[in-house]
Amino acid sequence: MGNAKQLLEAEEVSIILHRLCCQLIENHGDFSGTALIGLQPRGVVFARRVVKMLREDYGCDPLQMGLLDITFFRDDFRRREAPLKANSTRIDFIVEKLNVVFLDDVLYTGRSIRAAMDAILSFGRPRSIELMVLIDRRYARELPIQPDYTGRRVDSIDSERVVVEWSEEHGKDGVYLTRSERNG
Amino acid sequence: MAELSTPHLLGIKELSEADIELILNTAEQFKEVLNRPIKKVPSLRDLTVANLFFENSTRTRLSFELAERRLSADVVNFSASGSSVSKGETLVDTVNNILAMKVDLVVMRHPMPGAALFLSKRVKSTIVNAGDGTHEHPTQALLDAYSIREKLGRLSGVRVVIVGDIMHSRVGLSNVLLLKKMGAETAVCGPVTLVPKHIRSLGVRVFERLEDALEWCDVVNMLRVQNERMDASYFPSLREYILRFGLTKDRLDALQGSRVVLHPGPINRGVEISSEVADGAHSIILDQVENGVAVRMAVLYLLASRLLPGDRRPS
Repeated sequence: MGNAKQLLEAEEVSIILHRLCCQLIENHGDFSGTALIGLQPRGVVFARRVVKMLREDYGCDPLQMGLLDITFFRDDFRRREAPLKANSTRIDFIVEKLNVVFLDDVLYTGRSIRAAMDAILSFGRPRSIELMVLIDRRYARELPIQPDYTGRRVDSIDSERVVVEWSEEHGKDGVYLTRSERNG
Repeated sequence: MAELSTPHLLGIKELSEADIELILNTAEQFKEVLNRPIKKVPSLRDLTVANLFFENSTRTRLSFELAERRLSADVVNFSASGSSVSKGETLVDTVNNILAMKVDLVVMRHPMPGAALFLSKRVKSTIVNAGDGTHEHPTQALLDAYSIREKLGRLSGVRVVIVGDIMHSRVGLSNVLLLKKMGAETAVCGPVTLVPKHIRSLGVRVFERLEDALEWCDVVNMLRVQNERMDASYFPSLREYILRFGLTKDRLDALQGSRVVLHPGPINRGVEISSEVADGAHSIILDQVENGVAVRMAVLYLLASRLLPGDRRPS
């Protein structure tokens, strides 16, 4: 990342992920009544990483994990410059009465999470919904939505963009602050 | 690319390969939505769709209406019988009157070829062609392609034969155009009187014997004999037609390997297809009906995404 300011190095990301896993275990025990749902597209790698860590480092198995696409539930359909492209949803379990934890990389305006809450309700009525984010861009919320588990809080302005890179896609974990248009 | 290159869906002819790919991929996401306990998304909640059917239809009309309601659109239905059309009102006047009630999209079936194109040039609305005479039926071709892709995993290189009344079939023409764009090999088979003279110029093989066509193909799409569009006798007798072009279990059993059987409906059981085949393991006829809703949701969603709020004119 050329002119970007690095917010988190790979080692810090790893420490944060371990802390988030421990917080999840503290609240969800053996995960028997819990499902972790990665939000498409950018929450998916985050969710997969957390699930892998819970399984391999903390012996939490079985774990229910799903992917949720929110495209058709967004509130900016026909209101954006660029058209929205749908991604796949994969939830192969019954959501009814489960404790659902949404995982996304960056929380910004809160609108994606609002859409995700609508989308998950079309699968049934979960017992509860929680939110875990790696980065919380605080003071940028447009809806009354706050995370239950936060990796790092970041103060940023509208013209900045938080970019999360994962070793699976970019060879190395890292979080950067760049000057660009807004992101979610 | 995540946007269609056209503001209307008039025919397959107007769609690019990328458009078709986008519609089929979006339909895949909608099919997943249709398998949820709550099969509804709010995308089109601020839009109104008018279904204008100037010709009889059961499944296409139901399928469109269901697709519209699953997208949360408001829906108004219109059928020519019992309307002011019988009092002499013109098509443009009828549609403009409906649009004056703040309708955003028009889905139209009409007995005249080119009716959808005609309308798209004269009214300020997005037009979806749900069949125009013997010309095109784009959503049927899209759902056929979706069903083939779902079953075989690809369209490119797949050999598809369309059997029956090619001449009067809008499904046949739309299918030929779409399959060619997507790299499938296409052929037709039927009585010579019902195969258009110049169809070879579209790069389509012509088989005169059903046995030869079945031997060649991976997929067979059986069409209905459209007696209502025939102005003359095109074959000596129905019995002869059944003997030569009817798809029976014996004919399929005589082949090596499996064939996928499609039919756009309505089926004339015992004529172009036997009940055993229509209800058998080769048939994906009911999958086609299920996929039709997902494909129509994709078409409406993608066309609606081109409409800006408050701006009802396609760009």
